[in-house]
Amino acid sequence: MRDLNEHTAGEDLIITTAVRLMVPFIQLFGLYVIVHGHYSPGGGFQGGVILGAAFILLALAYDLKTSQKFMTVKINAILGNLGAAIFIGVGVLCALFGGLFLDYSALDALIPLGPVAWRSFGIFLVEVGVGLTVMSIMVLLYWNLSSGGAMDEGL
Amino acid sequence: MKALALLATLVTGALLLYGTRDFPAWGDPAAPASTYLSPTYIEKAVEQTHVPNIVTAVLGDYRGYDTMFETVVIYCAGMAVVSVLWRKKEEE
Repeated sequence: MRDLNEHTAGEDLIITTAVRLMVPFIQLFGLYVIVHGHYSPGGGFQGGVILGAAFILLALAYDLKTSQKFMTVKINAILGNLGAAIFIGVGVLCALFGGLFLDYSALDALIPLGPVAWRSFGIFLVEVGVGLTVMSIMVLLYWNLSSGGAMDEGL
Repeated sequence: MKALALLATLVTGALLLYGTRDFPAWGDPAAPASTYLSPTYIEKAVEQTHVPNIVTAVLGDYRGYDTMFETVVIYCAGMAVVSVLWRKKEEE
Protein backbone atom coordinates (compact mmCIF):
# COMPACT_ATOMS: atom_id res chain seq x y z
CA MET A 1 0.00 0.00 0.00
CA ARG A 2 2.91 2.38 0.62
CA ASP A 3 3.96 1.99 -3.02
CA LEU A 4 0.53 3.12 -4.15
CA ASN A 5 0.53 6.21 -1.93
CA GLU A 6 3.74 7.51 -3.49
CA HIS A 7 2.15 7.76 -6.91
CA THR A 8 -0.92 9.83 -6.19
CA ALA A 9 0.63 13.20 -7.13
CA GLY A 10 -1.08 14.73 -10.15
CA GLU A 11 -3.70 12.01 -10.34
CA ASP A 12 -7.33 12.12 -9.35
CA LEU A 13 -7.59 11.37 -5.64
CA ILE A 14 -11.09 9.94 -5.87
CA ILE A 15 -10.23 7.52 -8.67
CA THR A 16 -6.97 6.33 -7.15
CA THR A 17 -8.54 5.84 -3.72
CA ALA A 18 -11.50 3.97 -5.15
CA VAL A 19 -9.22 1.74 -7.23
CA ARG A 20 -6.96 1.10 -4.24
CA LEU A 21 -9.97 -0.11 -2.27
CA MET A 22 -11.48 -2.11 -5.12
CA VAL A 23 -8.45 -4.04 -6.43
CA PRO A 24 -8.13 -6.54 -3.53
CA PHE A 25 -11.83 -7.38 -3.75
CA ILE A 26 -11.69 -7.76 -7.53
CA GLN A 27 -8.76 -10.16 -7.18
CA LEU A 28 -10.54 -12.11 -4.46
CA PHE A 29 -13.63 -12.33 -6.64
CA GLY A 30 -11.49 -13.52 -9.56
CA LEU A 31 -10.04 -16.32 -7.44
CA TYR A 32 -13.56 -17.17 -6.22
CA VAL A 33 -14.85 -17.40 -9.80
CA ILE A 34 -11.98 -19.74 -10.76
CA VAL A 35 -12.22 -22.11 -7.80
CA HIS A 36 -16.02 -22.04 -7.60
CA GLY A 37 -16.48 -22.95 -11.27
CA HIS A 38 -17.56 -26.44 -10.21
CA TYR A 39 -20.65 -25.17 -8.41
CA SER A 40 -21.64 -21.89 -10.05
CA PRO A 41 -21.18 -20.12 -13.38
CA GLY A 42 -17.52 -19.36 -13.80
CA GLY A 43 -14.23 -21.05 -14.43
CA GLY A 44 -10.79 -20.34 -15.74
CA PHE A 45 -11.62 -18.00 -18.58
CA GLN A 46 -13.98 -15.76 -16.63
CA GLY A 47 -11.87 -15.72 -13.46
CA GLY A 48 -8.71 -15.05 -15.45
CA VAL A 49 -10.32 -12.06 -17.12
CA ILE A 50 -11.41 -10.68 -13.73
CA LEU A 51 -7.90 -11.13 -12.30
CA GLY A 52 -6.43 -9.42 -15.36
CA ALA A 53 -8.97 -6.61 -15.07
CA ALA A 54 -7.68 -5.85 -11.56
CA PHE A 55 -4.19 -5.15 -12.92
CA ILE A 56 -5.58 -3.23 -15.89
CA LEU A 57 -7.63 -1.07 -13.52
CA LEU A 58 -4.48 -0.38 -11.51
CA ALA A 59 -2.64 0.58 -14.70
CA LEU A 60 -5.50 2.86 -15.77
CA ALA A 61 -5.83 4.68 -12.46
CA TYR A 62 -2.09 5.03 -11.83
CA ASP A 63 0.27 4.09 -14.65
CA LEU A 64 1.92 1.01 -16.12
CA LYS A 65 4.93 1.27 -13.81
CA THR A 66 2.71 1.03 -10.75
CA SER A 67 0.94 -2.07 -12.00
CA GLN A 68 4.32 -3.57 -12.89
CA LYS A 69 5.45 -3.13 -9.29
CA PHE A 70 2.81 -5.65 -8.28
CA MET A 71 3.37 -8.02 -11.19
CA THR A 72 6.59 -7.53 -13.13
CA VAL A 73 6.80 -8.29 -16.84
CA LYS A 74 8.95 -11.30 -16.03
CA ILE A 75 6.56 -12.80 -13.47
CA ASN A 76 3.67 -12.13 -15.85
CA ALA A 77 5.43 -14.05 -18.62
CA ILE A 78 6.28 -16.90 -16.24
CA LEU A 79 2.66 -17.16 -15.06
CA GLY A 80 1.31 -17.14 -18.61
CA ASN A 81 3.63 -19.91 -19.73
CA LEU A 82 3.05 -21.83 -16.51
CA GLY A 83 -0.71 -21.77 -17.09
CA ALA A 84 -0.47 -23.28 -20.55
CA ALA A 85 2.12 -25.77 -19.25
CA ILE A 86 -0.20 -26.85 -16.40
CA PHE A 87 -3.03 -27.62 -18.81
CA ILE A 88 -0.91 -29.57 -21.28
CA GLY A 89 1.16 -31.10 -18.47
CA VAL A 90 -1.97 -32.52 -16.79
CA GLY A 91 -2.98 -34.01 -20.13
CA VAL A 92 0.45 -35.55 -20.68
CA LEU A 93 0.53 -36.90 -17.09
CA CYS A 94 -2.79 -38.63 -17.72
CA ALA A 95 -1.33 -40.25 -20.82
CA LEU A 96 1.85 -41.28 -18.93
CA PHE A 97 -0.17 -42.97 -16.17
CA GLY A 98 -1.98 -45.22 -18.57
CA GLY A 99 -5.07 -43.26 -19.55
CA LEU A 100 -5.96 -41.23 -22.59
CA PHE A 101 -4.73 -37.68 -23.02
CA LEU A 102 -6.75 -35.48 -20.60
CA ASP A 103 -8.49 -38.54 -19.09
CA TYR A 104 -8.09 -37.32 -15.50
CA SER A 105 -9.21 -40.57 -13.88
CA ALA A 106 -5.87 -42.12 -14.92
CA LEU A 107 -4.14 -39.90 -12.34
CA ASP A 108 -5.63 -42.16 -9.67
CA ALA A 109 -2.45 -44.23 -10.10
CA LEU A 110 -0.41 -41.21 -8.93
CA ILE A 111 -2.42 -40.27 -5.81
CA PRO A 112 -5.30 -42.63 -4.99
CA LEU A 113 -8.30 -40.37 -4.50
CA GLY A 114 -10.67 -42.42 -6.64
CA PRO A 115 -11.18 -42.03 -10.40
CA VAL A 116 -14.31 -39.87 -10.12
CA ALA A 117 -12.76 -37.52 -7.57
CA TRP A 118 -9.75 -37.19 -9.88
CA ARG A 119 -11.96 -36.15 -12.77
CA SER A 120 -13.33 -33.37 -10.57
CA PHE A 121 -9.86 -32.39 -9.34
CA GLY A 122 -8.41 -32.62 -12.85
CA ILE A 123 -10.99 -30.12 -14.08
CA PHE A 124 -9.93 -27.82 -11.22
CA LEU A 125 -6.22 -28.08 -12.13
CA VAL A 126 -6.99 -27.35 -15.74
CA GLU A 127 -9.15 -24.35 -14.81
CA VAL A 128 -6.30 -22.91 -12.75
CA GLY A 129 -4.02 -23.24 -15.77
CA VAL A 130 -6.56 -21.52 -18.01
CA GLY A 131 -7.01 -18.74 -15.45
CA LEU A 132 -3.27 -18.05 -15.20
CA THR A 133 -2.83 -17.90 -18.97
CA VAL A 134 -5.87 -15.69 -19.56
CA MET A 135 -4.85 -13.29 -16.78
CA SER A 136 -1.29 -13.02 -18.07
CA ILE A 137 -2.29 -12.51 -21.69
CA MET A 138 -4.96 -9.93 -20.81
CA VAL A 139 -2.47 -7.87 -18.82
CA LEU A 140 0.26 -8.31 -21.42
CA LEU A 141 -2.06 -7.15 -24.21
CA TYR A 142 -3.09 -4.08 -22.24
CA TRP A 143 0.50 -3.18 -21.33
CA ASN A 144 1.64 -3.48 -24.93
CA LEU A 145 -1.31 -1.78 -26.62
CA SER A 146 -1.55 1.14 -24.19
CA SER A 147 2.13 1.99 -24.35
CA GLY A 148 2.70 1.23 -28.02
CA GLY A 149 5.02 -1.61 -27.05
CA ALA A 150 7.34 0.54 -24.95
CA MET A 151 5.98 -0.85 -21.65
CA ASP A 152 6.78 2.42 -19.83
CA GLU A 153 4.13 4.94 -18.75
CA GLY A 154 1.15 3.95 -20.80
CA LEU A 155 -2.00 6.04 -21.09
CA MET B 1 -6.15 -9.40 -55.63
CA LYS B 2 -8.95 -7.80 -53.61
CA ALA B 3 -11.54 -9.06 -56.09
CA LEU B 4 -10.05 -12.55 -55.80
CA ALA B 5 -10.21 -12.42 -51.99
CA LEU B 6 -13.83 -11.23 -52.15
CA LEU B 7 -14.69 -14.02 -54.58
CA ALA B 8 -13.06 -16.64 -52.32
CA THR B 9 -14.98 -15.26 -49.32
CA LEU B 10 -18.29 -15.26 -51.16
CA VAL B 11 -17.81 -18.79 -52.54
CA THR B 12 -16.79 -20.15 -49.13
CA GLY B 13 -19.70 -18.38 -47.47
CA ALA B 14 -22.16 -19.69 -50.04
CA LEU B 15 -20.83 -23.26 -49.57
CA LEU B 16 -21.16 -22.99 -45.78
CA LEU B 17 -24.69 -21.59 -46.06
CA TYR B 18 -25.56 -24.40 -48.47
CA GLY B 19 -24.23 -26.87 -45.90
CA THR B 20 -26.57 -25.53 -43.22
CA ARG B 21 -29.55 -26.74 -45.29
CA ASP B 22 -28.85 -30.27 -44.05
CA PHE B 23 -28.88 -29.23 -40.38
CA PRO B 24 -31.79 -30.34 -38.21
CA ALA B 25 -34.25 -27.58 -37.40
CA TRP B 26 -33.31 -25.39 -34.45
CA GLY B 27 -34.51 -27.05 -31.23
CA ASP B 28 -35.61 -30.20 -33.08
CA PRO B 29 -36.20 -32.89 -30.42
CA ALA B 30 -35.35 -35.62 -32.95
CA ALA B 31 -31.89 -34.18 -33.73
CA PRO B 32 -28.94 -36.42 -32.79
CA ALA B 33 -27.71 -33.88 -30.22
CA SER B 34 -31.07 -33.96 -28.43
CA THR B 35 -31.67 -37.71 -28.65
CA TYR B 36 -28.53 -39.00 -26.96
CA LEU B 37 -25.79 -36.40 -26.37
CA SER B 38 -27.59 -33.88 -24.15
CA PRO B 39 -29.47 -36.56 -22.13
CA THR B 40 -26.19 -38.41 -21.54
CA TYR B 41 -24.49 -35.28 -20.22
CA ILE B 42 -27.48 -34.39 -18.04
CA GLU B 43 -27.84 -37.88 -16.60
CA LYS B 44 -24.19 -38.89 -16.21
CA ALA B 45 -22.23 -35.68 -15.60
CA VAL B 46 -22.58 -35.56 -11.80
CA GLU B 47 -22.16 -39.32 -11.46
CA GLN B 48 -19.04 -39.43 -13.66
CA THR B 49 -17.28 -36.24 -12.61
CA HIS B 50 -18.75 -35.12 -9.24
CA VAL B 51 -19.18 -31.64 -10.72
CA PRO B 52 -22.68 -30.21 -10.11
CA ASN B 53 -22.22 -27.58 -12.82
CA ILE B 54 -22.72 -29.47 -16.09
CA VAL B 55 -21.26 -26.62 -18.12
CA THR B 56 -17.95 -26.95 -16.26
CA ALA B 57 -18.04 -30.75 -16.57
CA VAL B 58 -18.52 -30.54 -20.35
CA LEU B 59 -15.98 -27.74 -20.76
CA GLY B 60 -13.25 -29.22 -18.58
CA ASP B 61 -13.71 -32.94 -19.04
CA TYR B 62 -15.83 -34.12 -21.96
CA ARG B 63 -14.53 -31.32 -24.19
CA GLY B 64 -11.08 -31.05 -22.67
CA TYR B 65 -9.33 -30.89 -26.03
CA ASP B 66 -11.47 -27.96 -27.11
CA THR B 67 -10.69 -26.04 -23.92
CA MET B 68 -6.98 -26.81 -24.22
CA PHE B 69 -6.79 -25.39 -27.71
CA GLU B 70 -8.88 -22.38 -26.69
CA THR B 71 -6.20 -21.67 -24.12
CA VAL B 72 -3.48 -22.19 -26.70
CA VAL B 73 -5.27 -19.82 -29.10
CA ILE B 74 -5.36 -17.10 -26.42
CA TYR B 75 -1.70 -17.76 -25.65
CA CYS B 76 -0.76 -17.51 -29.35
CA ALA B 77 -2.77 -14.29 -29.73
CA GLY B 78 -0.83 -12.78 -26.84
CA MET B 79 2.51 -13.92 -28.24
CA ALA B 80 1.60 -12.50 -31.68
CA VAL B 81 0.71 -9.07 -30.27
CA VAL B 82 3.86 -9.02 -28.14
CA SER B 83 6.11 -10.03 -31.03
CA VAL B 84 4.64 -7.26 -33.23
CA LEU B 85 4.44 -4.44 -30.68
CA TRP B 86 7.12 -4.88 -28.04
CA ARG B 87 10.09 -2.55 -28.52
CA LYS B 88 13.36 -2.65 -26.68
CA LYS B 89 14.36 0.52 -24.82
CA GLU B 90 17.49 1.20 -26.95
CA GLU B 91 15.53 1.57 -30.18
CA GLU B 92 13.59 4.61 -28.99
